[in-house]
Amino acid sequence: MSDAAATLKSLPQSGGFNNSPLAQWVKANLFPNWWSTVITLVLTYFILKFLFGALSWSLFNAVWSIEGTDTEVCRELKGIGACWALIAEKHRFILFGTYPFQEHWRPALLIVVFLVLYGLSTVRALWNYWLGVVWAAGLLSIGILMWGGVFGLRFVEQERWGGLPITLMLATFGIALAFPLGILLALGRRSDMPAIKAICVAYIELIRGVPLISLLFMASVMLPLFLPEGLTIDKLLRAQIAIILFAAAYLAEVVRGGLQAIPKGQYEAADALGLSYWKKTGFIVLPQALKIVIPPLVNTFIGLFKDTSLVLIIGIYDLLNAAKTSTIEPKWQGFSIEAYVFVSIIYFVFCFAMSKYSQKIEAELSHTHKH
Amino acid sequence: MKHLGKIAATAAIALGALAGTANAQQSTLDAVKAKGFVQCGVNTGLAGFSAPDSQGVWKGLDVDMCRGVAAAVFGDANKVRYTGLTAQQRFTALQSGEVDILARNTTWTLARDTSLGLDFVAVNFYDGQGFMVKRTLNVKSAKELNGATVCVQPGTTTELNLADYFRANRMQFRPVVIEKLEEVVAAYLAGRCDAYTTDASGLASTRSAQGANANQHIILPEIISKEPLGPAVRHGDNKWADIVRWTFNVMVEAEEMGLTSGNIDSKMNDPNPGVQRLVGKTGDMGKMLGLENNWSYNIIKQVGNYGESYDRNVKPIGLERGVNELWSKGGIMYAPPVR
Repeated sequence: MSDAAATLKSLPQSGGFNNSPLAQWVKANLFPNWWSTVITLVLTYFILKFLFGALSWSLFNAVWSIEGTDTEVCRELKGIGACWALIAEKHRFILFGTYPFQEHWRPALLIVVFLVLYGLSTVRALWNYWLGVVWAAGLLSIGILMWGGVFGLRFVEQERWGGLPITLMLATFGIALAFPLGILLALGRRSDMPAIKAICVAYIELIRGVPLISLLFMASVMLPLFLPEGLTIDKLLRAQIAIILFAAAYLAEVVRGGLQAIPKGQYEAADALGLSYWKKTGFIVLPQALKIVIPPLVNTFIGLFKDTSLVLIIGIYDLLNAAKTSTIEPKWQGFSIEAYVFVSIIYFVFCFAMSKYSQKIEAELSHTHKH
Repeated sequence: MKHLGKIAATAAIALGALAGTANAQQSTLDAVKAKGFVQCGVNTGLAGFSAPDSQGVWKGLDVDMCRGVAAAVFGDANKVRYTGLTAQQRFTALQSGEVDILARNTTWTLARDTSLGLDFVAVNFYDGQGFMVKRTLNVKSAKELNGATVCVQPGTTTELNLADYFRANRMQFRPVVIEKLEEVVAAYLAGRCDAYTTDASGLASTRSAQGANANQHIILPEIISKEPLGPAVRHGDNKWADIVRWTFNVMVEAEEMGLTSGNIDSKMNDPNPGVQRLVGKTGDMGKMLGLENNWSYNIIKQVGNYGESYDRNVKPIGLERGVNELWSKGGIMYAPPVR
């Protein structure tokens, strides 16, 4: 863009459309010589073709609703248009899975609670113990909403939870619990104490060395066999633990990167002040280290958010698995693209929000740093 | 990824077989009664057998098996909780006690029955590998497929059965091997193969998914392998195995006797001794199983007979009764007498 601005300035300025800034920018950047012109035209053709194809599939030729359950209208399109009637029919199943139909307001409210909690957590002015209180209250209300069994709410067993609440829970608790664990592991790996260092290194390398899928399999298939008879840990909880353990190993290495980037002088200055290890770490080292690693941290968080969809291989109905299951009914078979587009929009909204927020906080923190 | 899953599952199953013997000590019936529901392992989503509908309610032939057991034990078919299980998870889930019944379209074979710490108790669906071809091909029998290109998924017994069948009949074929279900179906529809082979239930559901175009495809009459699908329970708990087995037998026998969920109330005083036993008026059948005597009435009233369950679940995916018709109507579905 700055190149374009520079070119723009260097061009002679005179009146008329051909000499307007826009026309000049176009001429300078898109049609400067014959081969650039060819590339521009070819790319424009493909972009327009793709755009037109996408729009005519998703809007112009799409079927938005059907009468009753007659999906023949959709089939007659033969793929030239989307069958959004699937989403009209199945959106509640995709969002809430097998949760009892009459009680869907509960997971819906849970999503709102999560969004409010996320919203409050992004306000830096609230970053004190009140936020902890708010989260505790939020989590309590989430538990009450999902399980019920009190205040006249019907009890809903965990097997019936599904859809977006599962994805949000796995991701939120995954990030919230893996992050502190990751920091401890990173500190442990740089510790002078050999036993702690060895344990942390072994943990990180072992967990990073296996795919998340194998951890989920271990948690879902092998763990129950080792437990004493009569004791079964909930399948969702086992998956949640596997995700936390997995994410912590990756976060530990990200945090370690930040710790190593802090100049040695900072450590020495803190030591010279006579600060204890925890004070030095908590007040001097970590605040600087974490600030440096915000981009890779958010990268890992976004990855984790999407990795939660892997729980589909152990039969948990998260958002993606619910979308997949929604097209199993014979009359809706063959419309899985529509279901996948629907959930990918939801995934995108959450991941994009995370990315945007991280950019904002990065800017704010670097601002305070300069003063 | 798939490979890794298999290794993990195999290791877990081996461990589970050891653990299975220990688990059998406690009576499943007592445990089920104590917790107040039947925990049922089902497929995470297979049309006609077990899949949640738009409202998230589980429907299917295997689901009805579980509902039947709940009706027998509690007198309430809704006292079931479902655990969706993938193919890798299913056996360990049963071994470890996570589920009480495995009703997940599982083929009954000798190896599974003996080495996995489980017992198959019934066959609720006789499946088998078949062929589907386009109507325009003018083929009436699989024996006419000499020289055909056949679409097939790799790594399963399906592929082996295909090769065996053609060799046994001294015919040539060219396989088109594609891993993913959607892609192998797309390849067949696009005309890359003359025929598509998989289990007959799978063929029927693919065919019915074509909607108005379904009648452009025909499923050939030859079934080239045996895939008896049925519910399984943990090895060694015979009492629980009896309950699941006879729940299924009641559903089949009710169909033989013409008892349905709709007419059973009007047949309570039917003089036929067989009907009298099925509605629980005579014979103390329930007591012998450790249940109430109206156990079979509850199954038929709340879940229906086998034919009702089949028509409700499997027929909509485009699969006719075929061999799953009653023995008295030309099929092989046969239940020992409830007496």
